[in-house]
Amino acid sequence: MSEEKKLFKVTIDNITVDVEPGTTILNAARMIGGDVTPPAMCYYSKLKNSGGKCRTCLVEVAAGSTADPRPMPKLVASCRTTVMDGMIVKNITSDRVLDARAGITEFLLLNHPLDCPICDQAGECHLQDLSYEHGKEGTRFEFQKRIFKKHDLGEYIQLHMTRCILCYRCVFVADQLTEKRVHGVLDRGDHAEIATYISKSLDNDFIGNVIDVCPVGALTDKTFRFKNRVWFTKPVDAHRNCSKCCGEVQLWMRGDEVFRVTARKDEWGEVKDASDGRPGWICNECRFDKKDIKDWTIDGPSKINRHSVISQGHYVGVKKPTDFLPEVMGGRGPKLLMDIHKVSEVNRPEIELSKIEGPAHSDDFKGSK
Amino acid sequence: MQTLTNRAKPVDRRPMTVLEKLYLPAIAKGMGITLKHFFKKKVTIQYPEEKRPFSPVFRGLHILNRDEEGRERCTACGLCAVACPAEAITMEAAERMEGEENLYREEKYAAKYEINMLRCIFCGLCEEACPKDAIYLSETFAPANFKREGFIYGKNDLLIPDPKKEPEQYQKALGSRVKKS
Repeated sequence: MSEEKKLFKVTIDNITVDVEPGTTILNAARMIGGDVTPPAMCYYSKLKNSGGKCRTCLVEVAAGSTADPRPMPKLVASCRTTVMDGMIVKNITSDRVLDARAGITEFLLLNHPLDCPICDQAGECHLQDLSYEHGKEGTRFEFQKRIFKKHDLGEYIQLHMTRCILCYRCVFVADQLTEKRVHGVLDRGDHAEIATYISKSLDNDFIGNVIDVCPVGALTDKTFRFKNRVWFTKPVDAHRNCSKCCGEVQLWMRGDEVFRVTARKDEWGEVKDASDGRPGWICNECRFDKKDIKDWTIDGPSKINRHSVISQGHYVGVKKPTDFLPEVMGGRGPKLLMDIHKVSEVNRPEIELSKIEGPAHSDDFKGSK
Repeated sequence: MQTLTNRAKPVDRRPMTVLEKLYLPAIAKGMGITLKHFFKKKVTIQYPEEKRPFSPVFRGLHILNRDEEGRERCTACGLCAVACPAEAITMEAAERMEGEENLYREEKYAAKYEINMLRCIFCGLCEEACPKDAIYLSETFAPANFKREGFIYGKNDLLIPDPKKEPEQYQKALGSRVKKS
């Protein structure tokens, strides 16, 4: 009765892998992992129908299948093309692919502002990674970039339309996770923009996930806006009992202050599955309102790829040396020549940036000199 | 005893001759050397009145730059703080409010910016890391101070004078290395 499922044999960059029929080339490459995996800006494995828009995952199919070993004439989007038995795919071994990818990256960056010093996504931005790894130095675009009227998406989510690359991921999140979608892509071509049709705020319980899903800094967390840079905060896995979501999150902390709460991410930058096996989307309450360390049970520091800028200044497995000074000095601590916190105006204990709603303004610092 | 190198000289332990015991020739010889230096070119300079020229690559006290309209260039991106090997730089960012456009160049700015000059090693990596041309190492030293507290430099100490309001002080702060246009 149980007929054994026939597995397809695919060769990607000379590495052969057996995958189930119906798998896309991108997912087959992700099974191999490493450099062989094409980058993806719009495809999101947890969102149905995503993919096929950004074209960064283009690969060359050198042989269609064992039955029909002719190569495909054009490069194909690997997130949308399913594998065939005996298919031979070239990704980084093909010059055509690398050249096309550099071109796509240049196209994506045409209208993307050079906002990285200001942008909160810097450091965990997929477009930054893409342009570092696959892009070319410099641009040939010498015209004015797109500008948009500013839209207010409510008190939690900040939209920067100029940074958007129109990947549609946030639209799929609203469609598939919330009951009602109030935002979408309006207009076409150069004028296409993410907006609510008549100014509405996004206030569904799960709409905060558009922030995690956004590959660039177009949708960012207003409660974290300009509070700190990503690489100065320490990611920590934590959980709490939440009636709405799985409650398994990543806290971005500095000292005991929780600056930001996000869903946990896997190695592809996508939301990880929670312990119950379902995608670990988190609700707005966990994301925006629980900014106190007492709300959470800490599971331990998150694993960060050591090539990521986020791992800067994070020392793994370091033992804090015991402070022997009070012991040898008979219980008396060392006399400090200067206590930096008495002089310094930064990180003042009375101004808790993580507690301020939205970005800090000049009046938040008025109390200090 | 075997010597380590062949440059070692044995100490001369012979008793002094009569001429050496007189000491007078040796004194005259020493005075001669002193006298010779009176007529040589002086190596010292009278510091506050006279200053040595700085090397074109000298790295001195930091300065936070403004643009030509007098707006602060720093956007608190934190790249100088990451680049800093001594971890001397800290900052806090804020969002520009309406009506502050003449003060800050971008929508985000450094509300607090602090350099701990006790930690700073003047390596210039912050200057290299800055994407906004906001921080430069100038041609001055950090002035001496009796207390350690005086070496925590805040934004008021670091900011360059406004080119619109105080053009002379701004030109002075720019120093001689900047190309005059």
